[in-house]
Amino acid sequence: MKRIVTWIFLLAILLAGCSPASPAPQSASVTPAPRTLTVFAAASLTDAFTELGKKFEAQTPNVSVTFNFAGSQALRTQIEEGAPVDVFASANHKEMQALIAGAFVAQDSPQVFLNNKLVVILPADNPAKIDALTGLATPGVKIILAAEEVPVGKYSREAFEKMNAQFGSDFSQKLLANVVSNEDNVKQVVAKIQLDEADAGLVYTSDAVAAPELQTLEIPAELNVIAKYPIAPLVESKNADLAKAFIAYVLSNDGQAILEKWGFASP
Amino acid sequence: MVGLFLLPLASVFIRSVNADFFAYAFSEQAVSALKLSLVTSTITALFAILFGTPLAYILANWKFKFKAWLELLIDLPIVLPPSVAGLALLIAFGRRGLFGSYLSLLGISLPFTTTAVVMAQAFVAAPLYIRSARVGFTSIDQQLEEAANVEGANRWQMFREVALPLSGKALLSGAILTWTRALGEFGATILFAGNLEGVTQTMPMAIYLGFERNVGVALALSVALMIVSALLLLATKKLEQTE
Repeated sequence: MKRIVTWIFLLAILLAGCSPASPAPQSASVTPAPRTLTVFAAASLTDAFTELGKKFEAQTPNVSVTFNFAGSQALRTQIEEGAPVDVFASANHKEMQALIAGAFVAQDSPQVFLNNKLVVILPADNPAKIDALTGLATPGVKIILAAEEVPVGKYSREAFEKMNAQFGSDFSQKLLANVVSNEDNVKQVVAKIQLDEADAGLVYTSDAVAAPELQTLEIPAELNVIAKYPIAPLVESKNADLAKAFIAYVLSNDGQAILEKWGFASP
Repeated sequence: MVGLFLLPLASVFIRSVNADFFAYAFSEQAVSALKLSLVTSTITALFAILFGTPLAYILANWKFKFKAWLELLIDLPIVLPPSVAGLALLIAFGRRGLFGSYLSLLGISLPFTTTAVVMAQAFVAAPLYIRSARVGFTSIDQQLEEAANVEGANRWQMFREVALPLSGKALLSGAILTWTRALGEFGATILFAGNLEGVTQTMPMAIYLGFERNVGVALALSVALMIVSALLLLATKKLEQTE
């Protein structure tokens, strides 16, 4: 008995040590030295770029693509602190500009590769019975946003400002009073709505496409904020040719078709 | 080994030195996060002492069926990644959780509240106290307890007059460990309690978001948290010596 418990305990310790780490470049030990392209991409690109990466690997022999998906700001800081990266795809211009200022990215190399817009997501059974944007400001409704520091969080607040003109000047104030949590990235907002822990969340259209069981509430174009995503190779990249090929693939018709499938729009 | 501990911590101190340090460290957000961290971690430590002490005493002295399993259950949160703890709490006590759905019938909603912060901290940190207290109670000389028994002491008197004073150090260091661990809790909190300034945004959360916005803010907050934690640990050392 004691023995079994000890073994289970040891197993638990082992498992705890095996929590998934961010993908590190794989060592090149397999036959004819495969190369690894490392791409840092905004969290909202997780599903689309994972598929894009597989297709790119399939058409480029001996290359594997590893991704690090996180908030654009966190990625930018990791790059500034010396993370070895070949391609950076950001959810906003601000982080890309910062990397240009730090000479990590060449001045004229970033290209806008997609547009994304905001949408309201609601749990599958819509517990707060929200059927219009004005419902977001009803007292007692629980709303989850991305934090102001994250691009989608900043865009959300810009959209609320626009809504003030249409729904009354205290609309955004009342809406923000309903916020129960400011999540650190957009995927966390989706997860908490999927778990039905809040009544509504604001995310990119692409995130809503990746979670089809959720209900959505469209935000009309005049109240919406369009996010433009830039992509660029890193100056220090040791795989400049691969980085260039990957970016070309993202901008190609095939690449854009995959992005559109995941809810993004061509620029 | 020492370098592994020293170099990163020293780097934080060195990099944080700049003109804006005090502006960052004493910003409204930082102060409210520090306050919330101190309040919640203190409640967690008191909660651990109040309920953990009897539990540890029972585990150290009583023999009963499934005791080994109970010990395993209490030790498990120590080795689990905090993200598992946060997810588990959310699944159990969330609005549609196994127990949370009954709570919401009563109008109680735990996620995204300060209570949720304390629950996350207690889940992750209280086992450290229980473990330490259990070891303290177990190491008491059996003969002393037998002597007390011969003198006619009842169970409560034995606990109060013999066990508590003799394991004081173990209890104290366990409590401080739980307190400081609660102060640093991040993973379980962000999943179960979310992040809202003044309600659930503790220091580690403010540091993580500071990292996304401005590394200077994150560094200043890190230094503040390191100083508070170091002071707590120093206070324990002093207390242990005076006993």
